[in-house]
Amino acid sequence: MWDLILLYTSNVSLILGSFLSLSLGLGLIRFPDFYSRMHAAGVADTLCAGLIVFGLSLQSGFNLVTLKLYLILLFIWFTSPTSSFTLANTAYRAGHGVDKTSEEESSSKS
Amino acid sequence: MMMRDLFAIVMLFGIYSLLSAAIFVTLDAVDVAFTEAAVGAGISTILVLSTLALTSSEEKPPQHKFFLPLLVVLITGTALVFGTLDMPDFADPNAPVHQHVAPRYIHDSFQETGLPNIVTSVLASYRGYDTMGEVVVIFTAGIAVSLLLTSVRHKRNEPGNLKDLGHHPIILYVSQLMIPLILLFALYVQFHGDFGPGGGFQAGVIFAAGFILYAMIIGIDKIRETFSSACLRWLAVTGVVLYISVGIVTLLLGGEFLNYNVIAEDPVEGQHWGIFLVELGVGITVTATMLGLFLTFSEVKRSQ
Amino acid sequence: MSTILELYNYWIFIFLMMIGFYIVIAQGNLIKKIVGLNIFQTSVFLLYISMGKVAGGTAPILIDADVTYSNPLPHVLILTAIVVGVATTSVAMALIIRIHKAYGTIEEHEIHEQDASL
Repeated sequence: MWDLILLYTSNVSLILGSFLSLSLGLGLIRFPDFYSRMHAAGVADTLCAGLIVFGLSLQSGFNLVTLKLYLILLFIWFTSPTSSFTLANTAYRAGHGVDKTSEEESSSKS
Repeated sequence: MMMRDLFAIVMLFGIYSLLSAAIFVTLDAVDVAFTEAAVGAGISTILVLSTLALTSSEEKPPQHKFFLPLLVVLITGTALVFGTLDMPDFADPNAPVHQHVAPRYIHDSFQETGLPNIVTSVLASYRGYDTMGEVVVIFTAGIAVSLLLTSVRHKRNEPGNLKDLGHHPIILYVSQLMIPLILLFALYVQFHGDFGPGGGFQAGVIFAAGFILYAMIIGIDKIRETFSSACLRWLAVTGVVLYISVGIVTLLLGGEFLNYNVIAEDPVEGQHWGIFLVELGVGITVTATMLGLFLTFSEVKRSQ
Repeated sequence: MSTILELYNYWIFIFLMMIGFYIVIAQGNLIKKIVGLNIFQTSVFLLYISMGKVAGGTAPILIDADVTYSNPLPHVLILTAIVVGVATTSVAMALIIRIHKAYGTIEEHEIHEQDASL
């Protein structure tokens, strides 16, 4: 009984994680702007990794493999948002996609 | 092949390397997958991207006829397919490749070298000559690149090309957290290569990746204070000399070149020592060469 | 038809190899040529590793007495080959940078025109 609940929970979590990853890929291709694409990649990536690792850890029991899985998840949660932030920050500082007229308006008003 | 944007092509090439690393894992080649992921998806992509940034050619005009190359490719492909009709089936246990030397490696490797990882023992002990040649090839590539690009580099105090990213506190904090762990992991991979996937090459590349991350965030000048080009050259030479001197020591102790059995009284102990020193030499040379490659590429003067 | 099912790994890799070959001889841009060469190299690695796989085997790290292992010899050869491949790519990239500084372009036909007009 307990095994069945674990199996179903892990399967549901894996399916949700895969669906999130698919929508991430779709957003990466179809969004019109660079920043919205980065937003899709950065936001969906962390939750998708979390769901998949959670589902896998339910199936692998309570041993060293689960600890390693969660350490991998910690590493992904540290590095993936940082790298999307770095990309977006560098693009903004390089002037990519920044509207010049709105910059002048906001600086003349303040 | 029909794409115009070179940047996208390089990114797709990185993804292709990562996918082939995943295929290697499903084909039970864990050491190879490790190396391909680190080297192919990491260092190769960085080098091609640096070249793209330096030659500053993003787009390309439409090119000439494609009929003759297509014909050549089709003829070659057909000849190769005809040649594979005699090959053994996929994953057949009775294929000739599994018959002669491989059973000896699998059965006798633990008694003769005492290492669980058969790939490391074959790489460092049974096929030590090939690995020596490989270390020399890496060293030669580093020397060749520094010879080619020395005359077009920035001098010491001119401003460089790489704008460092170390202004933002988030990037600084996360990199301060991650870089010591990356270097520690590289040390782990170097010395744990006897028991699991790992070894000198992968450890050297991960070491270099940690320092490259530092160079990208803090700046080239800071890392050149520690790793000047002379220092990197000496490190690369040290690795190669370490490898060859292990062979010379075994010659002086009475055995053949690179026969580790004669290093200590117990042959297995001698194998342990020999493999340890040899992998250390490989790791040092790979680290120095990969780091030297990246720093040389990022110091080239951008043409006006 | 049984030959298709059992030999498909060779044909996949011949296909990849021919793609890489076509890129090397048909494209004019030097960076694309080097990328094609790397695709060619990677397909050769896949060929060797697939030849070393044993059905039902596992990675060649000794765990127990009665386990079937895959053949470790192709793994060793391909490990060497990968690192040599990256060494070749780095020297090729350095050469491309020097060619760009000398000719101003990295298109093959423009380089030939500049050479022919000397």
